[in-house]
Amino acid sequence: MKFIDRAALQSYRGECKTRSAALERQILVCCGTGCMSGGSLDVYDRFRELLAEKNIHVAVNLEPEPHGDTIAMKKCGCHGFCEMGVLIRIEPQGYLYTKVKAADCEEIIDKTILRGEHIERLAYTLDGEVYKKQDEIPFYQRQTRNVLTHCGHIDATTIDDYLAVGGYEAFERALFEQTPEELTAEMSASNLRGRGGAGFPTGRKWAEVRRHRNNNLAAGKSAQTYVICNGDEGDPGAFMDRSIMEGDPHRMIEGMLIAALAVGSDTGYIYVRAEYPLAVSRLRGAIEDLERFGLLGDNILGTEFSFKLLISRGAGAFVCGEGSALINAVEGKRGMPKVSPPLYAERGLFGKPTALNNVETFANIPQIISFGAENFRKVGPESSPGTKAFALTGNIRNTGLIEVPMGTRLREIIFDIGGGVPNGKEFKAVQIGGPSGGCLTAEHLDLPLDFDSLRKAGAMIGSGGLVCMDSDTCMVEVARFFMHFTQSESCGKCVPCREGTRRMLDILENIVAGEGKDGDIELLLELADTITATALCGLGKTAPQPVISTIRYFRAEYEAHINEKRCPAGVCTKLRAIAIDPEKCKGCSKCSKVCPVGAISGKVKETFAIDPEKCIKCGACAETCPFGAIDS
Amino acid sequence: MTRERSEPEVIEAILEKTGIGESYVIAILQAVQEHYHYLPQWVFSYISARLGVGIARLYSVATFYENFSLEPKGKYVLRVCDGTACHVRKSVPILTRLRAELGVSAEVPTTGDLLFTLETVSCLGACGLAPVLTVNDKVYPAMTPEAASRLLAGLKETEL
Repeated sequence: MKFIDRAALQSYRGECKTRSAALERQILVCCGTGCMSGGSLDVYDRFRELLAEKNIHVAVNLEPEPHGDTIAMKKCGCHGFCEMGVLIRIEPQGYLYTKVKAADCEEIIDKTILRGEHIERLAYTLDGEVYKKQDEIPFYQRQTRNVLTHCGHIDATTIDDYLAVGGYEAFERALFEQTPEELTAEMSASNLRGRGGAGFPTGRKWAEVRRHRNNNLAAGKSAQTYVICNGDEGDPGAFMDRSIMEGDPHRMIEGMLIAALAVGSDTGYIYVRAEYPLAVSRLRGAIEDLERFGLLGDNILGTEFSFKLLISRGAGAFVCGEGSALINAVEGKRGMPKVSPPLYAERGLFGKPTALNNVETFANIPQIISFGAENFRKVGPESSPGTKAFALTGNIRNTGLIEVPMGTRLREIIFDIGGGVPNGKEFKAVQIGGPSGGCLTAEHLDLPLDFDSLRKAGAMIGSGGLVCMDSDTCMVEVARFFMHFTQSESCGKCVPCREGTRRMLDILENIVAGEGKDGDIELLLELADTITATALCGLGKTAPQPVISTIRYFRAEYEAHINEKRCPAGVCTKLRAIAIDPEKCKGCSKCSKVCPVGAISGKVKETFAIDPEKCIKCGACAETCPFGAIDS
Repeated sequence: MTRERSEPEVIEAILEKTGIGESYVIAILQAVQEHYHYLPQWVFSYISARLGVGIARLYSVATFYENFSLEPKGKYVLRVCDGTACHVRKSVPILTRLRAELGVSAEVPTTGDLLFTLETVSCLGACGLAPVLTVNDKVYPAMTPEAASRLLAGLKETEL
């Protein structure tokens, strides 16, 4: 069925709204990557099986005439509370059940679905308090979910659910009521800054693309332009974009359609990284739905506007998150950055002006067009308005995906929303902005998180990964980890990055191995300075950031490794000495069984011993010993 | 390596789907790798001739991206996530344990009997379940060295 004009779309959307409203009772099973690996598909299938056995009518899609007893079964996107998965939301009560297993399904149907009763043992509890409804949980209460508003609440696998919440109304408005100039002006007025990390104003970017297109046209050249969505979310510990692509793919695509109108493009690409197969399949499904309805293709809704959308799957290269490298990859080449200028707004994909924005940026656009720039600017500080999604990971109680106003203080994110550091450990630092970012420490807890405040503190917002670290984390090892990452992801095109990161990694590896020398810290800083000043692309320029910031805030840890050959956090294995305390050893033999290399031997009920030649210092024995006889 | 007669047909079927042209090189190699689990050498000359693109260009792409492999991989590909979140939640001991048990290393990741390949993988974005490992793309959450060892033992048993 193709929508031939605006009225057809509006009438179908109206139908979807009516049908959706009629489906009061719903079971929403989280089918994001996190919950799926926890077994959410088994839970979904079990629900379907049980409902069929009990002869309860189930609606997987929005049905034309639902009857009163129908239960809607939906595969929704990420709720963000990944730590508690598998997550199930029950409507109309708004109950959230956590850590649900297939074995729980029968009880849920019998009690909650059929009788409306709440099951306390499946609810989220904190400090003895039971939270029945999702919205009451502190983790959610303190968030402002605008971009993620539908994530976890609608079925991510069908366009009908998106239309039922007003989907493509913004696009419709942009297509029929606004000129490209007006769209760009609205974006500029909103001051939406790119969510991919650099924070470049989206409106200005689009205006540039439009200007170069018009120049080309005036010079008698082709007016071809492209829209690209950067879904190469490679920062380790970041999964905001993945969750949007999986949980609300249409919202992002709607943003791309509006961008296409603004810059006059007829072809778009979504570049998705290789590690996100589920995102690819959700996007494919969304594109098929749109083509079927005529919202993608030729003469959309009977207008002159035509747009086709293609998916370009990455093959594993972090550097492709950089704009010009990504463009090379879409062209089927090695993903190496190009020298700029020219910027890709002038000469981008296949040499044509290209509007390249990130997933979260596109997902912000429909609300700006629907409710206006002024409304958008009500949230967050003047210079970086709107909300930002963050991925909370590492040593933090509530790992997951959150969305807060720009400018929210770190303390609120880590402690109020994130629940603080688990296992009674102390908060040590948070790494923000991934391998290009820096660490923030306890002294930054009252720092507002927005583009400009972070830049001043020597970090960057990046795409929004927040990796929390407790007192057991060695910061030198963390710096080595990131340097190893950027070094192996360096494309090799420019010397400062290719050779410089190699040298920095060598030094860091020596330090964590106990072979650090006097002067190493100074040499690291000197190399960092040179690389930052001379590398070709963003990856290289920012590669030394984790080293610079850990030296700035944790210099004493570097010095302990170098001068005293000691790792204060007890992490660096080469600086470890593992030995069995004969006083405490009872000869239970547990350690020798767990040792992966057979380095521990002895007779039962006598003292065991570790062969230092064979020992790889993994520490498995120390963790196993019931008597605390192994010291590492 | 002996080739079955149907092999060019495999590639032709792939080209039919992806399209023929220089900009489809990555998509073509991905489809080839999905079929063979690696990129056999003969494929390069075949595709080069069909696309009119130099073999060197194809190799330059195949060697740039991490996902492409020029070597055959094991029947079970175990990948330990080494993203930041998994790293701070102690993924390295898992890797160390599995390497020791399989007798493989970063340089020689595949066992001699071609049953197991052990690799690290960049962040899978399943950080809430860190540390994770995957076996042929199925994600196993909240791993420990012991749990990984049991998982491996289970896989070995099914092969006996």
